[in-house]
Amino acid sequence: MAVSEPIIANEKDLGDSELSRRLAHTWRQPTGIWGWLSNTHHTTIGLRFMVTAFIFLALGGVLAAIMRLQLVRPENSLIGPDLYNQIFTMHGSTMIFLFAVPMMFQGFGVYVVPLMCGARNIAFPRLNTFSYYLYLGGGLVLWGGFLTNTGPDVGWFAYVPLSGPQYSPGHRVDVWSQMITFTEVSALGVAVCLATTILRHRAPGMTLNRMPILLWEKLVLSMMVIFAMPAVMVASGLLLLDRLVGTHFFNPAEGGDVLLYQHLFWFFGHPEVYIIFLPGAAIVSTMVSCFSRRRIFGYTPIVVSVVATGFLGFGVWVHHMFATGLPQLSESFFTAASLMIVIPTAVQFFCWVATIWNGKLQMRLPMLWCFGFFFVFLIGGLSGVMLASVPVDTQVHDTYFIIAHFHYVLIGGALFPMFAGIYFWFPKMVGRMPDETLGKWHFWLFLIGFNATFFTMHFLGLRGMTRRVYTYLPDLHWHWLNVLASIGVVFMTAGLLVFLVNVMRCRRLGRVAGNNPWGDSGLEWGTSSPPPAYNFLHLPTVNGRDALWEALPDQPVVVGMRDDIRETLVTHSLDANPQHKDEDPGPSIWPFLAALAVSATFVGSIFTPWAVPIGAPPVIVTLVGWLWPRGHSPPLPGEKTWEH
Amino acid sequence: MNPGGLLAQAAPLDPGRHLILHPGAPQGSHIEWLYWLIFWILAVVYVLMIVAFTRAGARSRADFIQPLPVMKNEEGDRKARWAVGSAVAITVITLFVVLVLSVITGKQVAGLTSKNPVTIQIMGHQWWWEVTYPNPQADQTVITANEIHVPVCTPVVVLTNSSDVIHSFWAPSITGKRDLLPGYSSAFWFQVDQPGTYRGQCAEFCGLQHAHMGFSVIAEPVDQFQAWQQQQLKTAAEPSDDEASRGRAVFLTHACLMCHTIRGTDAGSRAGPDLTHIGSRRMLAAETLPNTRGALAGWILDPQRIKPGAEMPPNSLAPDDLQALITYLMSLQ
Repeated sequence: MAVSEPIIANEKDLGDSELSRRLAHTWRQPTGIWGWLSNTHHTTIGLRFMVTAFIFLALGGVLAAIMRLQLVRPENSLIGPDLYNQIFTMHGSTMIFLFAVPMMFQGFGVYVVPLMCGARNIAFPRLNTFSYYLYLGGGLVLWGGFLTNTGPDVGWFAYVPLSGPQYSPGHRVDVWSQMITFTEVSALGVAVCLATTILRHRAPGMTLNRMPILLWEKLVLSMMVIFAMPAVMVASGLLLLDRLVGTHFFNPAEGGDVLLYQHLFWFFGHPEVYIIFLPGAAIVSTMVSCFSRRRIFGYTPIVVSVVATGFLGFGVWVHHMFATGLPQLSESFFTAASLMIVIPTAVQFFCWVATIWNGKLQMRLPMLWCFGFFFVFLIGGLSGVMLASVPVDTQVHDTYFIIAHFHYVLIGGALFPMFAGIYFWFPKMVGRMPDETLGKWHFWLFLIGFNATFFTMHFLGLRGMTRRVYTYLPDLHWHWLNVLASIGVVFMTAGLLVFLVNVMRCRRLGRVAGNNPWGDSGLEWGTSSPPPAYNFLHLPTVNGRDALWEALPDQPVVVGMRDDIRETLVTHSLDANPQHKDEDPGPSIWPFLAALAVSATFVGSIFTPWAVPIGAPPVIVTLVGWLWPRGHSPPLPGEKTWEH
Repeated sequence: MNPGGLLAQAAPLDPGRHLILHPGAPQGSHIEWLYWLIFWILAVVYVLMIVAFTRAGARSRADFIQPLPVMKNEEGDRKARWAVGSAVAITVITLFVVLVLSVITGKQVAGLTSKNPVTIQIMGHQWWWEVTYPNPQADQTVITANEIHVPVCTPVVVLTNSSDVIHSFWAPSITGKRDLLPGYSSAFWFQVDQPGTYRGQCAEFCGLQHAHMGFSVIAEPVDQFQAWQQQQLKTAAEPSDDEASRGRAVFLTHACLMCHTIRGTDAGSRAGPDLTHIGSRRMLAAETLPNTRGALAGWILDPQRIKPGAEMPPNSLAPDDLQALITYLMSLQ
């Protein structure tokens, strides 16, 4: 492969306006429907991930509201058990698989990471685009199934044997299992893209120990996704084989093992919680530094904590299974591990306090949401310490206490930072500022509603209300607490509507943002808002951890990048020295077609095994089209190249 | 008869104690003690953290917009290093204390010292509980459903199993829950010290009627328990009048005997709960309805309106037949 050598220099060989014209022409994305489907630029795909995930958040929220309506009085007959079971399964599956991970990992990651690295595009942009369409396909299949009365009804965890062929005939569970495969493949694809972008496309000077915490976290997260997702794909794959082919992996009557499924599921399921929480923590770290107007205190401890969480997250899954009656020794081991994982999170909290303490705090809108995160997530984190204790857990496991706990963790740890992040990067994404007053209304309505709904559930759990019940008897005195929990939903919904109004209004009417409205240090603020299709006019270089804050007045830029082809810079994974240049593959319809073929095959295989042989040729054709060698553009005359 | 009306009748009946924090049993009390201990530790931690964040925010709050970022603050950082270091050390110690207390309590709750426990086998079914008091002599084995009688102040060993999907046995006022896993037989124990009725419920999602899969533990003095056991060992009482005789005939000539057992008659199927002493039970349909004539009639005619999805089909019986059947069943004390 012939590549030309990049140089770092101070002089700029072309006028900026001429250069931007040429780059815009080279990096332009096709237009029209065909072009829309072929777009492979990371900002576009990142926004699509976020918008799609937000729509699923809204749908999941509607399901939650229906459940709260059903539970508002004992023996309510609004919806029967069959529909209720589908609704709570869809709520959990939608929120975890179609909202939380795609939003926090894929959405923010795909949009922000390449900009933060100072790159022109994400690595493997076609794989990234393919991942988006596969995720969309999975979401449409799951919701299509639900709307045609084929929604899964066995919980988002689908424990066997209830989800096995004997107790769940029909296609409901098949739809669920296939949706898992869709979304996990999507997350895996993005994990590969993000890890590669972070390791190979960082701006010169951004050595590993100068990487922003958010990039560290995305790197750890990508590794977690790569190790965790296969476990659940094995679980759902074996379940599908049991259901469709007649194997007996999980059938106790034939020597199968029902606990094996739980181990596989939670080996994925617990890291999943950190896959949702770590992005939130990284957003908070970014914002605490920006709005305290100082570099983050304890960069190294925070990075070590993030890495430690990545490892420890794989050692705690059994605390979901304390009620199954495992030997006491192993239970104690997992209690210790579950308590140990508190330490890295505590370290991050202490470092945030120290950063704010020694900073100059600006209580802007994103920071308000971060304070919401501190107060709310902490309750969930601390009640998690209770759950690590086996005796306490055997009492509150599978009650509303757990529902309260993990909504404090997930809404506190993901949704609050998500809103902080959306408000924070909103000016970057659309070029205009969000409205702070509306944002505050949104915050307070949501905070009040959230606590009304979920704090109440602690008490319901302690009064013995079990999870996943479509109704309850009147004489158990759960009624008024349920009414209170349901009222909270009204406030949360109102908050979300204010948010939507804010977004819709300010993307057209908001104050123009400029490049760096918050005065943050990340490289993404070093380009215009919204970024052009080529991201950076001159690829930046970096002097320290806080790139823009530490930039010299005459900070060098990368020169020698061609403007007539889509060139990207590849740097060393440790010290980020420029190594060579690669060519971005550019827009292509093939990832969309490949995702279409793969989706059709997956869905078809639910109904007939013939879908696999029939679906394989289109998949092969689209993959061949996608991977067809396109060659490299010839070097310019006189351009220095390496052969390797 | 509508289910709402039936269930309203259940309202005045005391469902039994169903609270984690006011247990009537030693294990539940141990857990409650541990719960409160950890709770207060964490409450202190929470308050300290909130104070720290609020203080930090209040002292550093700057009104002017976007001051230049501080890149060096060695004095502040040195203090912060000490503060963060000590806070981490305190966290580690606190967590260690929680770990030790938790393991000790775990041993107290799980360890069984008595050598003369009562043994009960509990089998989970969609959506009811089969309760067996095994005895080496087959005719001394008691089989009942949903109501678990135990003597007070005596350890009870529970052997768990499930006939279909995973269920979880949980009486909050007694002790923590234990899953009933098909293919795994395991055992745990509990003990109740205060006589009374303790409600329990299935805690692992098990399908359509997971919500209506209750049970009760009735703790009574040893002599009462033994009397109950002796009564349960008897075969079904012979009908004492014509109506009851007719009721028995109805039972034996309709679908009832396809699924249920009444020992002493020809009905011997084990698919549904054993009804040999149904008249002596407090509740019907796994703690869903009070055991009254009206509720029983509603249940027999249309169980699907009360527990949609339950295994019992609707039955159409002539009114006289139904009344006779109910009289017979209620006589099975």
